[in-house]
Amino acid sequence: MRLKLFIWRQKNATDKGHMEKYQVDDVLEDMSFLEMLDVLNEKLILEGKEPVAFDHDCREGICGACSLTINGIPHGHEKATTTCQLHMRKFKDGDSIYIEPFRAKAFPVIKDLVVDRSAFERIMQAGGFISINTGNAIEANALPISKKNADLAMDAAQCIGCGACVAACPNGAAMLFVSAKVSQFALLPQGQPERKRRVLSMVGQMEKEGFGACTNFYECEAACPKQIPVRFIAMMNRDYLCSRVTEPVEA
Amino acid sequence: MILDSKIPSGPLKDKWDKHKFEMKLINAANKRKYKAIVVGTGLAGASAAASLAELGYVVEAFTYNDSPRRAHSIAAQGGINAAKNYPNDGDSIWRLFYDTVKGGDFRAREGNVYRLAQVSNNIIDQCVAQGVPFAREYGGLLDNRSFGGAQVSRTFYARGQTGQQLLLGAYSALSRAIGKKQVTMYNRKEMLDIVIIDSKARGIVTRDLINGKIESFWADAVILATGGYGNVFFLSTNAQACNVTASYRAYKKGALFANPCYTQIHPTCIPLSGEHQSKLTLMSESLRNDGRIWVPKNKGDKRKPNEIPEEERDYYLERKYPSFGNLAPRDISSRSAKEVCDEGRGVSATGFGVYLDFADSINRLGKKVIEERYGNLFEMYERIVGEDPYKTPMMIYPASHYTMGGLWVDYNLMSTIPGLHILGEANFSDHGANRLGASALMQGLADGYFVIPYTIGDYFARNKFDKVNIDHPEFKKTESEVIEKTNKLLSIKGKKTPTMFHRELGEVMWEFCGMGRNEAGLKKALELVPKIREEFWQNLTITGEGNDLNISLEKAGRVADFLEFAEVLLWDALERDESCGAHFREEHQYPDGEAKRDDEHFAHVAAWEYRGVGNKPVRHIEPLEFENVQLAVRSYK
Repeated sequence: MRLKLFIWRQKNATDKGHMEKYQVDDVLEDMSFLEMLDVLNEKLILEGKEPVAFDHDCREGICGACSLTINGIPHGHEKATTTCQLHMRKFKDGDSIYIEPFRAKAFPVIKDLVVDRSAFERIMQAGGFISINTGNAIEANALPISKKNADLAMDAAQCIGCGACVAACPNGAAMLFVSAKVSQFALLPQGQPERKRRVLSMVGQMEKEGFGACTNFYECEAACPKQIPVRFIAMMNRDYLCSRVTEPVEA
Repeated sequence: MILDSKIPSGPLKDKWDKHKFEMKLINAANKRKYKAIVVGTGLAGASAAASLAELGYVVEAFTYNDSPRRAHSIAAQGGINAAKNYPNDGDSIWRLFYDTVKGGDFRAREGNVYRLAQVSNNIIDQCVAQGVPFAREYGGLLDNRSFGGAQVSRTFYARGQTGQQLLLGAYSALSRAIGKKQVTMYNRKEMLDIVIIDSKARGIVTRDLINGKIESFWADAVILATGGYGNVFFLSTNAQACNVTASYRAYKKGALFANPCYTQIHPTCIPLSGEHQSKLTLMSESLRNDGRIWVPKNKGDKRKPNEIPEEERDYYLERKYPSFGNLAPRDISSRSAKEVCDEGRGVSATGFGVYLDFADSINRLGKKVIEERYGNLFEMYERIVGEDPYKTPMMIYPASHYTMGGLWVDYNLMSTIPGLHILGEANFSDHGANRLGASALMQGLADGYFVIPYTIGDYFARNKFDKVNIDHPEFKKTESEVIEKTNKLLSIKGKKTPTMFHRELGEVMWEFCGMGRNEAGLKKALELVPKIREEFWQNLTITGEGNDLNISLEKAGRVADFLEFAEVLLWDALERDESCGAHFREEHQYPDGEAKRDDEHFAHVAAWEYRGVGNKPVRHIEPLEFENVQLAVRSYK
């Protein structure tokens, strides 16, 4: 396969950045999208040029590191698939492919295709946990949990924290990410003692980080490589509202 | 050098309790006067950092990823073992202990393994309390399954993403501690060296992966939880960034490296498709429950699998191991696959693949049942290979997956450098020569949640610590060494990329030190590796600057260490002149192909001491004593 690539190059956080055109000729359909970029990078290094920087690690769709916007869609057009699991057989010989970073106000570009997603870290630190010290736990089977709730919690817990939901949202909202974590714990008895405080403080942090608001585009669900459904956003909104009116505001 | 394992005396069952009582304690109010550095934030690192912070110690944690949640523990699929015996099928701490020692082919310490089995139950409690959504029965209680050939069902799981859920649990605990300012978290910082002052580990030197800044951090103890070295084979199921640098730097500073030749090969991975390939993807071993493994009977049979009639297929595992068949243990199925491919009967584009065929199961159970059991795996396979495994048999081939070897540690998880503790896959201690399925997650979390929080306190209490800070000459010296190395890498300006050298190294290691090893091959590899290394330092090219995010520089530093470390691995494989577990020396096997141990000469841990680049390291021995189990031959006929 021969492809024309248009790749976002940006020297650093303060550089304006631009699209640059590359021609790659010996792309095989068995390559993953990132392996195709590896081939380009090897070529660039041998030509004395700087390789394209992009985040990646596990290359099996679970670590959440890879984060490219391919032809305008976070992780590309293949449904329920991370960039690292997207393969070149999904493209055609002669295609032009536009590769950009995940774009969002809260995800500033660090270099080329690498963005800073530390806002997610701070949201997690604000409340994405159950406060239990090591050694405090009760016997695991002393707390039966309905299979239905456990399964639903698992649906939410599958989130890989990649940020595609934010990049896909016209508002740059992080509602799907935050609601997945909030709902996982809200569905489980272990999560109840801190339920109200958690949703208030995670949502509070989300707003501080500059993520937009949800206006029901549902683009997040469409882009999510783990197919996390938007009903978790509804769940979180309900939880947030209830908590807002019943939880005393902390000083 | 005498390697003192510090295993407590007394009956096996009481060792850990006795040890916990005998350890010195640090008063609650004094804990904040001690600082620990944790490098790596996978299961072992994140759980350790959080647990130590909860106790009141000052903790600084480091990862080269953009978030602690990306560590490769996240990719573990199958599950985590514990001796809860919920299914009432005869499991016990003793049985888990015994299975682990036996599975490790009697090359692990009894004391360590027994403790691991003991705390396994606490891990499940802890994870459930954190909100880890393990699979449950309709009655609301936890579900278990049998895994990796175990005769009891002791594996807890969260769909096919157990590693992810456990890591996110540990990450949530870590996030809580970071939010409370009990842990200072440094993302995108890679440890490049360790600093020893007055023979104690007192800090690390890191490179900031965004701006290239070389920085020092001091502490009273350093914990490495930096994973395994499977990427020495270039292609493995490890993540791209997994590397040996942290462990290898510690080794160069005097920590001994134990049993590096124990590297586990996983039998069911998607085969290589070409030179561009960057990693091998593991398919859960559970597939072997319903798939039948075969290759064509005739060499070079290029027909499509469905065109090959039944009588021209060789179901070689069923033929050779009638009672275990397709479920033969990992090492045996891996070697058998290699054997048939070496005979020229392999399938896939490269000839290195075998079929895993579900046609019979689909006929017997219906497509729906197979879809329920393996739907997500079939989907993943189709995405990568582009073929539908419901219609065409899957192709699989073994790949490097896990490394049992690692830095030598005593019962307190401390290396031969005082204050330097090693956790998780990075240490060598619990799996012997072969790790059982669903035991890696167990060990990582045992070390982090339930061992190091006790033993590090004892270390602090028994030692005096001079005040140091990063202006100490040792830090300055180490920093300049790191800077010098970085500059050297940048200045070579040759003609080959870091990846090219890594691939070359991997090919040599896989060929001569992979699934099967022999004296001639290992000696050959010991000649080839130094040549690749020599060329690396003359003909490497990397572009970009040192003071910038520079992916080729990062890679080059890691490859440089792999090129030195590979020799240690080869020496270990050569001098362990027996077969045991995953270490298969072709000279030593039973007629049925099972590994033939030599307990008289090799019932010991081999720990290697650094003696300069290119020089043969010194082999030290820690004898293994078995007081509670009888050494037996593993048989899977």
